[in-house]
Amino acid sequence: MSIDKKIVADLVANDVSFVTTVPCKQLAGVIDEIDRSEDIFHIPSNKEDEGMGLCAGAWMGGKRPAIIMQNTAIGVTINTLATLTQYYRMPLPMLISYRGELREPVACQVEMAVHTKALLNQMNIPTYHFHKESDADELDAILKYTFMCNKPVAILTDASFWGGYGDQ
Amino acid sequence: MIRSEILREIAPILNPHLVVCNIGLPSQELHMIDDNARNFYMLGTMGLSSSIGLGLALAQDKTVISIDGDGSVLTNLGTLPTIANNVADNYILLIIDNGSYGSTGDQPTYAGMKTSLTAVAQACGCENVVEVQDVDCGKALEAAIASKKMTVIVCKCDSGNIKLPVITKDPVVIRDRFMTAVQA
Repeated sequence: MSIDKKIVADLVANDVSFVTTVPCKQLAGVIDEIDRSEDIFHIPSNKEDEGMGLCAGAWMGGKRPAIIMQNTAIGVTINTLATLTQYYRMPLPMLISYRGELREPVACQVEMAVHTKALLNQMNIPTYHFHKESDADELDAILKYTFMCNKPVAILTDASFWGGYGDQ
Repeated sequence: MIRSEILREIAPILNPHLVVCNIGLPSQELHMIDDNARNFYMLGTMGLSSSIGLGLALAQDKTVISIDGDGSVLTNLGTLPTIANNVADNYILLIIDNGSYGSTGDQPTYAGMKTSLTAVAQACGCENVVEVQDVDCGKALEAAIASKKMTVIVCKCDSGNIKLPVITKDPVVIRDRFMTAVQA
């Protein structure tokens, strides 16, 4: 099974049925799988805080949500994470493309990468870092943990995990 | 009419339905006028009332009304294309458009100047967009609920606020009470 299919299979196995996404080259295969899945309602959002609002509503409506985004979005969503997701104690798995790590070709991506873990740590957001493909074996447990504790949880997936940037 | 007068008038229409209410004075006013389990009060996170309401409407069948403000919609303008392209016929976005940021002291918004949120919503692809004056808000809301078609109502009204206390309910209590009402 491809890693894209495995990730989506873990989401479906954990009853995640409402996923919002912001486009990402590394996560494009996962986003395609989500779009194809009959078990998941896929709603692209224009900005990640908007997506977290959609997820909050979906969860209160009885569906398990997830968001797919890049780590730059941590800079956009701090207020929403603090005053909506955490304040009202809502679960939110965040599958995050961790740009600006080893093998990154775009220097500017490093500027947010160096803040990513510090910000997540400051927010007391449980954070997991997928560096090798086998790290994704924990995804099922991470999803169960997220919906057990009703917290936003970050899953950072770096370029090494995705096998680099291809031609870049 | 000012927002609190409109909310007082439409409270009986809102009452049986799920309501996601915007941060600040709108939530404080609705809380004072008709606090009930079907109201979800936003205590923070300006701009996301419409997004929370849309997610809720897409996840279940009950009618959902998001009460938003012109300033809050402007801060999350990306919400309108998302609404337009993900039709939920149990969803109504009610924008109380008083042309000002009421909760922060009535500073003017661009919606009170050259920008028409009605035209923006239409341009984003929203199919049922209704602009009404304050006195007609109740009628427009009743018609939107009865139509069972996703509707955006832009209710033009005067700016102005009343003095009232902040909401001191715990957010988890608000949310848990609301989720119980959603499932009822």
